[in-house]
Amino acid sequence: MLKRLRESKRLQGTLLITPTLLWMIILLIIPLILTLITSFGRRDPDGNVIYTFTLDNYLRLIGFSETGFDDLYLQIIWRSLVLAFQTTVLVILMAYPLAYFIARAPVKRRNTLLFLVLVPLWTNFVIRIYAWIMILRTQGVLNGLIGWVLGLVGIHFTPLDFYPSQGAVLVGMIYEFLPFMILPIYTSLEKIDGSLFEAAADLGASAVRTFWRVTLPLSAPGMVAGTILVFVPVMGTFIVSDILGGRQVLLVGNLIQRQFLDARNAAFGSAAAILLMALTLVVTLYYTRRFGFGEEIAAA
Amino acid sequence: MSNKRSPWVTLTALFVYVFLYAPVIVLIVFAFNSSRTNIVFEGVVNQGPCGPFYWFCRLAENDDALDAAGNTLIIAVASALIATVIGTMAALALQRYAFPVKRASEAALYIPIVIPEIVMGIGILVFFSALFSAINNTLGLTGDSRLSLGLGTVIVSHVAFSVPFVTLVVRARLHGFDRSLEEAAMDLGANEFTTFRRVTLPIIAPGVLSGGLLAFTLSLDDFIITFFTTGPGSTTLPIYVYGLLRRIVTPEVNALSTIWILTVLVVVFISQRLESRN
Repeated sequence: MLKRLRESKRLQGTLLITPTLLWMIILLIIPLILTLITSFGRRDPDGNVIYTFTLDNYLRLIGFSETGFDDLYLQIIWRSLVLAFQTTVLVILMAYPLAYFIARAPVKRRNTLLFLVLVPLWTNFVIRIYAWIMILRTQGVLNGLIGWVLGLVGIHFTPLDFYPSQGAVLVGMIYEFLPFMILPIYTSLEKIDGSLFEAAADLGASAVRTFWRVTLPLSAPGMVAGTILVFVPVMGTFIVSDILGGRQVLLVGNLIQRQFLDARNAAFGSAAAILLMALTLVVTLYYTRRFGFGEEIAAA
Repeated sequence: MSNKRSPWVTLTALFVYVFLYAPVIVLIVFAFNSSRTNIVFEGVVNQGPCGPFYWFCRLAENDDALDAAGNTLIIAVASALIATVIGTMAALALQRYAFPVKRASEAALYIPIVIPEIVMGIGILVFFSALFSAINNTLGLTGDSRLSLGLGTVIVSHVAFSVPFVTLVVRARLHGFDRSLEEAAMDLGANEFTTFRRVTLPIIAPGVLSGGLLAFTLSLDDFIITFFTTGPGSTTLPIYVYGLLRRIVTPEVNALSTIWILTVLVVVFISQRLESRN
């Protein structure tokens, strides 16, 4: 047996992958299949799942319930998509200049500057949201700061209700996922061969033209990887909207969470989860087919 | 890249750094607030023997918070260790061997990266509830001996979402590996195990270490999967703080976050020093 193992590369490889593969089958593949099965089920009066085959849950999601057409869930899905799109665009607009700044810094300083991007990430996801409540609430730091500045020039200022609101949710989402865009963009910017810029300059291209024709296209893989790392979690997060939206901004994530905990309708919640997964997979697949990505995600 | 910089880039970069750090600074400053409700900063607290560190001392008496911090650390250490070992094995397999389920394994490892965490979270919840109720009913378990969600379920679930990241990082390190070093060791009479321990492992060690650190931080930071797989007695810090957010959050939470950030900074600083020494 040992001798066979020593000689067979196939056996060695299989043995090495086995623990991970088993782990992924038991805790990823089987749960996903179970979710799919549950999504075709029904809820009994006690909140348990009756396993049958019905498309009712999916029909209800797209608006066709027993009581007629109701676009409540379509609105939630649309709101999630719009918010994920807004977050991704704003995150790119903020992350790109910073990544560019770090990539152009002297080599010695780059690691420190990158390190500084990561430090806020270590505070913990939930605590970062709590920090934004302290900043955004009516008596919070931001209103205090604006009031103080306006007070200096003698203008009376009535504090604004930044929190809870949809805007606060957007700020929270941007804050939570910004580093996941900065890192991959930096990685692809840093890899660009410096001689390309010299070549562009030698050929008479202006700095602006060089940026649009050389830098931006070559850093596209970083933006693609970053977009996936930002878009997917924004689509599925329920806590940012739950807390910064004051329970008023409902996203797909909130819908799923409530079905599992408050409403105790696992079948409908599973259908929503399957739909969410299908939506993100379609977006990701379209995106990667179109632009291609790979190692930038590894670098992040 | 060349060193020409437009002032706009510098200015935007500065703004983004301010944006990234404002919440962290607010968190730390409010740990010294004299107001218990912690809405408005009413001046530096100066109470009891601890003076300005009043809330840090109160934290030391807050068993719920300390238990949650302890659970978070246990889960992060355990899941990172398991994920690092099996993830490194998987990286070796995928990078160096041909075997029947290779493509399927690679695909499975990509799934947690491209699907929303909540889908994985509820999937695992559905799985464990079905599994546990089947076992409990078959064996007729009652009361405390019934299987239920707890530390164990959280740890195995954290391993599931961090293994893909460990594998990615270690594979990247194996990618530029000079295999002639291993061949030389074998030619000199070392067996596979000695070669792995004395040649391969030291070279890929930085990759394994950063993979492990990544798994550790992912676990520390996780909310969603923990939320669906945790049970009574296995509350983690994020879950604990989430519960507080609906009521009053006292500056104790800020004190905890302050200690948290400083600890992580020290750990990362030490590990970077160790890495640069190697």
